[in-house]
Amino acid sequence: MSWNILADSMPQLLQAALSTLQMTGLAFLIAAVLGLPLALARMGPGLPGVLALGYIETMRGVPQLALLFLIYFGLVPLGIALRAFDAAVIGLGLSGAAYLAEVYRAGVQGVEPGQIEAAQMIGMRRRAVLRHVVLPQAWPAVLPPMGNYLVALLKDTSIASIISAPELMLRARDLSSEYFLPMDYYLLVGGMYLVMAWPLMQGTRMLERRAARGRLQGEVR
Amino acid sequence: MSGWGRIWDALPLLLSGAMTTIEITAGGFLIAVALGLLAGALLGARSRAVRAAARVYTDVFRAVPVLTQLFILYFGLVEVGVRLEPLQAAILGFGINGGAYLAEVFRAGLLSVHHGQTEAAQMLGMTRLAVLRIVVLPQAMRIVLPSLANYAIGLLKDSTLASAVAAPELMFLARKLVDRTFLGPQIYFSVAVIYLAMSLPLARLSRLAEARAGRGRR
Amino acid sequence: MSDPPLVPRPEALVRAVRVGKRFGETEVLRDVDLSVQPGEVLAIIGPSGSGKTTLLRCIAHLEHPTSGHVEIAGERVGAVLDRGHLRPMSDREIARLRQGIGMVFQRFNLFPHLTAIENVMLGPVQVLRRHRSEAEPLARELLRKVGLAHKADSYPERLSGGQQQRVAIARSLAMQPRLMLFDEATSALDPELIGEVLAVMRDLARDGMTMLVVTHEMGFAEDVADRVVFMDHGRVVEEGPPRELFRAPSHARTQAFLRAVIDRQAMAEAP
Repeated sequence: MSWNILADSMPQLLQAALSTLQMTGLAFLIAAVLGLPLALARMGPGLPGVLALGYIETMRGVPQLALLFLIYFGLVPLGIALRAFDAAVIGLGLSGAAYLAEVYRAGVQGVEPGQIEAAQMIGMRRRAVLRHVVLPQAWPAVLPPMGNYLVALLKDTSIASIISAPELMLRARDLSSEYFLPMDYYLLVGGMYLVMAWPLMQGTRMLERRAARGRLQGEVR
Repeated sequence: MSGWGRIWDALPLLLSGAMTTIEITAGGFLIAVALGLLAGALLGARSRAVRAAARVYTDVFRAVPVLTQLFILYFGLVEVGVRLEPLQAAILGFGINGGAYLAEVFRAGLLSVHHGQTEAAQMLGMTRLAVLRIVVLPQAMRIVLPSLANYAIGLLKDSTLASAVAAPELMFLARKLVDRTFLGPQIYFSVAVIYLAMSLPLARLSRLAEARAGRGRR
Repeated sequence: MSDPPLVPRPEALVRAVRVGKRFGETEVLRDVDLSVQPGEVLAIIGPSGSGKTTLLRCIAHLEHPTSGHVEIAGERVGAVLDRGHLRPMSDREIARLRQGIGMVFQRFNLFPHLTAIENVMLGPVQVLRRHRSEAEPLARELLRKVGLAHKADSYPERLSGGQQQRVAIARSLAMQPRLMLFDEATSALDPELIGEVLAVMRDLARDGMTMLVVTHEMGFAEDVADRVVFMDHGRVVEEGPPRELFRAPSHARTQAFLRAVIDRQAMAEAP
């Protein structure tokens, strides 16, 4: 019976799920950190603004898988050989940065202009306005799409299996071909993704509700 | 950098792959819209059981990677005696997955139309169906259109995953070419450019839709 | 209650019979009796939450009474007699009933994706199946009547609140209704825009339209209405010709309400 085989594979699969979480966390970190200067550049004038826009639009148009191939296989002839896991983290992080940059921008631009004017009128400098007035207000609007991105990223790490980066999906492919139980393994792994993504989805939904309430209260006041 | 000249030889093959990519994207999109409309409507059904079923569909299929879903369809179903062609599996997989995503989009679009609109239309003597068709849907579509365009862009890019189930789309053919020619950087770069060229019109459409959605509202 | 029971004359266009409505625990309407004669202008006044709007919405069948019923021209709203039994109206039957009732909402509810004239033409074209070439002159005429001929091709977002509300009135009139319901039609308007809408309503009354007007505009009620009903806590407290009700209200509640409103208006009008 396949149950025994599946049960025996669990330690390996759990180990692989851990790699998936690691990959998700690292790529998220890159995306979240890199996204901020990208967003600021995008909102600013001049060459940096144009470059940031170009980067964001390019990342928006190119499939993540193509990006992963480009980084993993494509750089080898140029003398850059990355481990598959690292290539995946970098590729997912780079494309995520473009996405989060737009999320940050939407959040900042969602802050009422009157807020900025009021802060300027009490003599705050640009940087201080950003730090003390704009960002604290943009935050609640930014969190839900960030949560959505995190869920998407968690699922997208499965793509890394195609460049043989060690994570959950790759492990499932190996095991399923070893024991010839594709349905069982893929359903099982699907369930594991579900278990990992579910709390994130619920959390995001909660953040969305809270953000909506915040807007409502803001209107009433 | 001698390989760039040889890209020209590879171009016809890559473009035929791009055609398959468009096929998968269009097919998946149509199924996703149909399923999304259905599930989106069922999310607001009167029966609690129907609502719950629609909710399970949308949540589960959005929580599991689409690659996993493609593998279940292509490799998994064989185990139970159903053998799908790569292209069939890809279109079906993206369609079912996209339906779960679009259901929420359609639902939100319908809910965004103020109920005063419905009441005003009812008071003109319209039947419920006429209200939906003449007043609510046109307004909901404006709200939904940008999301639909964005979804199409995402789907175009995600269709690369069909290469993992051996569907002969752009990415799949590119990988084969790389294996044969060892022109990795050149070919993957060209592939990226081709995807960009395909997604740019969609991105333009999406911005247009967003601009239109912004107009004509109070 | 000291009023004698109201015996509705048979020719009443609208008749509310012991209408009650509760939302969960709250009783919004309690045994409301009301009748409107053809050509009559009836104003309903009263504090917020007194049930005026709910009563109007029950007449339009946008709310369903929990007890009692409404009749329009002798026809029961929301139910039909079918082989000796009352059954709920079908979607189509309700739609047909509403064709004869115009309703003007507090928030205008113009269709934002259509121009002013398209808003006015929508009912005749889509519901009455009139040809566009026939509906358009009528729509233009109605827009002219509400003073907006020059705004025919504007989208609602380009119109002021007062203009939007006038288009909404024209939209209702395009269905050639025999009854017009006004649900606080000027409450969402800036003070300087109220007058233009009231003027249109005044013209309509002069033309002999049967009107049921829920309003906070006491001046309008006094000048234009044939009869005024004061509601409080879901009941009709008192009704009568405007002159009597405003000059010599017989109930303490009515007196208190009118004093508060008139004080506020006097204060607003003070320099």
